[in-house]
Amino acid sequence: MREIWILARRELRSFFNSLIAYILLVAFLGFSGFFTWISGADIFMVGQASLQSFFGIAYWTLFFFIPGLTMGQLAEENRSGTIELLLTKPISDWQVIIGKFLSTWILIAIALAFTIPYYITVSTLGPIDHGAVWAGYLALLLMSASYIAIGLFASSISNNQIVGFLLALLIGIFFHIIFNILSASFTGLLGNIMHYLSLSTHFESISRGVIDTKDLIYFFSLIALGLAAAEFVITRRRT
Amino acid sequence: MDIIVENLTKMYGSQHAVDNISFRVNTGEVLGFLGPNGAGKTTTMKAITSFLTPTKGNIRVGDFSVEEQPEQVKKQIGYLPEHNPLYEEMPVLDYLRFVADLQGIAKNKIKDRLLEMVRVCGLEGEKHKKINELSKGYKQRVGLAQALIHDPDVLILDEPTSGLDPNQIVEIRELIKTIGREKTVILSSHILAEVEATCDRILIINKGAIVADGSAQELRKQAHGQEILMLSIEDGEKDAVYKALKAVESVELVDKLDDPLRFEIQSKANTTSRRAIFNLCVENSWTLTELTPVETKLEDIFHQLTK
Repeated sequence: MREIWILARRELRSFFNSLIAYILLVAFLGFSGFFTWISGADIFMVGQASLQSFFGIAYWTLFFFIPGLTMGQLAEENRSGTIELLLTKPISDWQVIIGKFLSTWILIAIALAFTIPYYITVSTLGPIDHGAVWAGYLALLLMSASYIAIGLFASSISNNQIVGFLLALLIGIFFHIIFNILSASFTGLLGNIMHYLSLSTHFESISRGVIDTKDLIYFFSLIALGLAAAEFVITRRRT
Repeated sequence: MDIIVENLTKMYGSQHAVDNISFRVNTGEVLGFLGPNGAGKTTTMKAITSFLTPTKGNIRVGDFSVEEQPEQVKKQIGYLPEHNPLYEEMPVLDYLRFVADLQGIAKNKIKDRLLEMVRVCGLEGEKHKKINELSKGYKQRVGLAQALIHDPDVLILDEPTSGLDPNQIVEIRELIKTIGREKTVILSSHILAEVEATCDRILIINKGAIVADGSAQELRKQAHGQEILMLSIEDGEKDAVYKALKAVESVELVDKLDDPLRFEIQSKANTTSRRAIFNLCVENSWTLTELTPVETKLEDIFHQLTK
């Protein structure tokens, strides 16, 4: 655990030193703020005190931003050879992966924390379902964790950050929307499988305020799968 | 702490990068890996540090097996990889502290170790700079500092002096020699003079196999069993001198060189002709102006073995 934190701290510091963190914060808050408050089809259209429209927007902005954060995390280590430095220190491949995962997740959590004023503002406008708001944030965090895990896997397979970015988007888009669309066009078992695989299904069910173990299991499996795939690739590259 | 490599084989596809090599390095020994590019030096070092998984073979560092207890092995090793990869965007001190943390150095000792490393590796003026602002030589020192920071029993240095200027090379060599007295050191190089200057023992690798193993002197002996002398004489008559030299019992061959009274003399195996030649000159009152033993250069041995 100590080692994981040492690694995560270094990654976080490098996000902030390289401006990546600031660009993410500004872009995320800018986009989500614009579409939540100013764009017209915004939070005021709903006619009730709810952050649903914000969660819908963050669902998309995070989808695009996360691969940008993870794309270099392993690809850059592979390219510059620093992966060799890390893996010859007394730490395991797992600790390296989890450290990187945590650092990005913490950065996303910081970005989301900056939107707490939205919550406070809206709650002064009318009666708000506090449970649903917190569940919405939880859904965003779980979704982010899934895409970070996928992004790390995408980043692990090559020395090229662009490959890491595009592959993460390519894999992500299936969970984000394609499975959902397919589930509507298939019936029976296949349709059900597609429906279950779709991340949006589980995201919506949690962000409505219903925290079901089924949805949690889905997210945890996706995270574990992504991280395990990244670990597998790292180990394979050394044989 | 000894390093024992047994039957190490590493294949890349169907190609043998390292082919069934075995050797042992003892505590207090500085072992130099010598070989042309692509001979398998780096692969062997990566296998010892547990970065690469061998196709076959066992490696033990002290009491630990690299395969079974990689974490323990990694604790004992300080490693400077080839091309010296570093987190370029970090300041020197931050980077060294990060490595010290990873190596599990106790919190209250970290500061002392950092200062010690900065002093030993001569980074005093650069310690607050970002690594990517440093020259190649200073980066190399940072690489060495991170390898040494946890005071490891085993040091593995892949081309430690590449990119350094001549003064720095001398400093780093001295440093390695000093460290090498108590620790086990393996270093690779393709600079022969460097290996000769720093290493107690030399291992020449070619095409994944060990082709020579021994100290610089031993390798010389192996390559040339016979004594070769360069000889110049004044006040003598060429043919007479030539005949007299040939008559010396221990002399096997006499070569006349371009200079009229200069000869190359090869003695018979395990004998020396120096004394006899000197006495011969005294008897005939020739003036001996040169009598130089010809040392086989490490370069020649290297060329012979890695052709």
